Amino acid sequence: MAENTVILDGTGVKRALTRIAHEVLEKNKGVEGLVLVGIRTGGVHLAQELGARLSEIEGVEVPVGAVDITMYRDDIKGHHEHLPVGKTELPFSVEGKKVVLVDDVLFTGRTIRAAMDAIFDQGRPACIQLAVLVDRGHRDLPIRADFVGRNVPTSRSENIMVAFDADNKPTEVILQK
Amino acid sequence: MGFRHKDIIALKDLTKEEIELLLDTADNLSEINQRDIKKVPTLRGKTVINLFYEASTRTRTSFEIAAKRLSADAVNITASTSSVVKGETLSDTAANILAMKPDIIVMRHSVSGAHEYLAKRVSCSVINAGDGAHEHPSQGLLDMLTMRQKFGKLAGLKVAIVGDITHSRVARSNIYGLTTMGAHVFLAGPPTMMPPGIERLGNVTVCKDMREAVDQADVVMMLRIQLERQGKTLVPSMREYSRYFGLNPAVLALAKKDAIVMHPGPINRGVELASSVADCDQSAVLKQVENGVAVRMAMLYHVCGGEPVE
Amino acid sequence: MNLLIKGGRVIDPSQGIDETMDVLIADGVVLELGQGIAAPEGTQTIDASGLLVTPGLIDMHVHLRDPGLEYKEDIATGSRAAAAGGFTSVACMPNTSPVIDNKAVACYVVNKAQSEALVNVFPIGSITKGSKGDSLAEMGDLKEAGCVAVSDDGKPVCNSELMRRALEYAKGVGITVISHSEDLALVGEGVMNEGFVSTELGLKGIPWAAEDIAVAREVYLAEFACAPVHIAHISTAGSARIIRNAKARGVKVTCETAPHYFSLTDDAVRGYNTNAKMNPPLRGESDVAAMKAALADGTIDAIATDHAPHHPDEKDVEFNVALNGIVGLETSLPLSLKLVEDGVLDLKALVSVMSCNPAKILGLDRGTLRVGAVGDVTVIDPGKEWQVEAAKLESKSKNSPFLGWKMKGKAVYTVVKGQVVYQA
Repeated sequence: MAENTVILDGTGVKRALTRIAHEVLEKNKGVEGLVLVGIRTGGVHLAQELGARLSEIEGVEVPVGAVDITMYRDDIKGHHEHLPVGKTELPFSVEGKKVVLVDDVLFTGRTIRAAMDAIFDQGRPACIQLAVLVDRGHRDLPIRADFVGRNVPTSRSENIMVAFDADNKPTEVILQK
Repeated sequence: MGFRHKDIIALKDLTKEEIELLLDTADNLSEINQRDIKKVPTLRGKTVINLFYEASTRTRTSFEIAAKRLSADAVNITASTSSVVKGETLSDTAANILAMKPDIIVMRHSVSGAHEYLAKRVSCSVINAGDGAHEHPSQGLLDMLTMRQKFGKLAGLKVAIVGDITHSRVARSNIYGLTTMGAHVFLAGPPTMMPPGIERLGNVTVCKDMREAVDQADVVMMLRIQLERQGKTLVPSMREYSRYFGLNPAVLALAKKDAIVMHPGPINRGVELASSVADCDQSAVLKQVENGVAVRMAMLYHVCGGEPVE
Repeated sequence: MNLLIKGGRVIDPSQGIDETMDVLIADGVVLELGQGIAAPEGTQTIDASGLLVTPGLIDMHVHLRDPGLEYKEDIATGSRAAAAGGFTSVACMPNTSPVIDNKAVACYVVNKAQSEALVNVFPIGSITKGSKGDSLAEMGDLKEAGCVAVSDDGKPVCNSELMRRALEYAKGVGITVISHSEDLALVGEGVMNEGFVSTELGLKGIPWAAEDIAVAREVYLAEFACAPVHIAHISTAGSARIIRNAKARGVKVTCETAPHYFSLTDDAVRGYNTNAKMNPPLRGESDVAAMKAALADGTIDAIATDHAPHHPDEKDVEFNVALNGIVGLETSLPLSLKLVEDGVLDLKALVSVMSCNPAKILGLDRGTLRVGAVGDVTVIDPGKEWQVEAAKLESKSKNSPFLGWKMKGKAVYTVVKGQVVYQA
């Protein structure tokens, strides 16, 4: 029987996202040339949240897009049946943009590698920054997040889950042992 | 849920969920075809062999582009139909190709059932790009994708298919696929081109008069008349065929206002389709061709790498 | 050496016999029939209690592929298959290479059979030279050389005038004409029965009318020429009806069907099974029912296998490319016994269609256990259960749609001229 520990509750998630929003603004000195790209599916919901906060603070709409990394995975051969493919929706060009890639949990870094490949297939951004709600460690690749909601030391067998409500708003972060 | 077939030979073999998955995947992949860099690395290192025993520039090109956009290596082999009887046997050809370790064989063959035969003899995946008068699953899927994009659903659609049903693998794949997805198929064509028991293949109504089939239809699909195949005994002339079974604006007016006109191509202008209909706003012919690439990418993606499931 | 078959249920419709008795064969001839026959010194005895004892079964339509196509079958292997299937006699079709259209080829078959065959092999000559449908073969010569019938089997004699003359001429010679009845224009490029299954599989169909029309022509020609005709392998309800009506008005027409036409429907083609590809093609359920009804009412005179061996290279190919035909000698008896189990035929009627009638149609001095007749006997265990396995078939070819089938009933002794040539 899995044991669940709440790492961030609803308020905690909101605070973390608000803090990340401020850090993004500080690092980029505003939202000029900034776009958010969420990784399907959890990262897209978080990118929407982050986008809303940035717009609220700056009073300017920040474009939000989504990438599906299925076609860029490095473990396709290992699957006996192929995973459903989601849609990549970037309603803007990434050419020359400051891209903030958003995901829910940073783990091995392979998903981020795939997402960066997916973005580069669409154009050449000025830079890519990474924002994650949770960094749980155990990287397989030299990847580091620029903005982190919470660092959570885990063992490899544990699982981190970000829960969303029916409106795709993040509700809590749970550690499953 | 995932896709659990090594091969795609017939839409008859696929469930509603599997067809939906293929259409969803195709829908999502179609974005790649709009990019500046129309390529993803998914099937890097995979080899796709297009083995065509019948000439078909369109289907072969579509499969080739699909494979290349997924970064697979695509090789085309064109074998003449006469070699089916006289030259190397299909079994030997298959063994030779297999020795070169392909991952997928996409085959077009003039003999119905050739793919079932091939699939039993090779370990790689087999995709049917048309076998005789049996099935043409990629065409059926791209047709359904085109309809779904237009109407948002397939269930409940009235689809008229008009032409030589007997010799049409396109008709069969559409009948199986559309029936599985809950659409209703109405067939029309000269009695010489209507095979026995066709109404038992699915949710199918056979109409004597083309107008009956087109009346209030959401989709009007016109089949290509192949003079070389139909010979001289099935219809007196192309002129008379086109008078009774060609789609002109007057007949099209019987369909629903937002109905679309489809054709697997290549069109015989003035025979199946009046030129004005082929070029009208309701014509979805080019959309079908466009969707063909995405559907074939989805098929390649879902069979490739997936190991055979017992 | 003498042979005594003791205590079996003897079924001989030629004498109206169905009772338990002994059969004594001496010097290749039936010497005595009766109860409690004492075996003379040096007699081989078969205990046939619980078994059926019948006049040797006759398959009047087989392809032994010899001469010329020995890679499929030859007279020795084909006769072994016949013996294993309970047949003491077979009549082999002339579509060999060269065609049996002259005395020399007929003599080759007769001579080779004499030295190599386990069972009696009677050649059938061709109706036309080279079976080309242009001019009559030398039927008188063929008969003298030992042919028991003429046929262009594998194809019809398309020219009606030529067929009329063939019937008339053969009547004079006193040789049976066997018609392969098929309207080739209607068959076209068809590869299976035209019906729902062909629609589903997208295979070109052969309509039943292609057979019916041709059968009707033969019936009218026979009626007009006042000559007998035998129709090979009928498969459709229409053929049965046409022949039934013709017989009722006195036309001298006889016919045969093959076990697959009353055992399988065109459903067997599903999966593009080339072992279910033959000509005429497997038909629909109503045709299968009509075959049974026509056997039951005597419209069909004979069950013949159309044993058609083919090499795997000719069958293990795409459906359209595969050759027509299946092997049948070793599965015919159990499939036919099933008709008895299902109440379609009684045992006497079964022996009639598998032995007495074929003998009559071909004019053979066989198909009976009358005292003085040739000692050809088949001893059958009707309850013996076995499975059809390719490796165990005696035929050189294994192209059977019945592989893997569980069968009931088997010949346990096949006796030719008093010699046991096969023992299960």
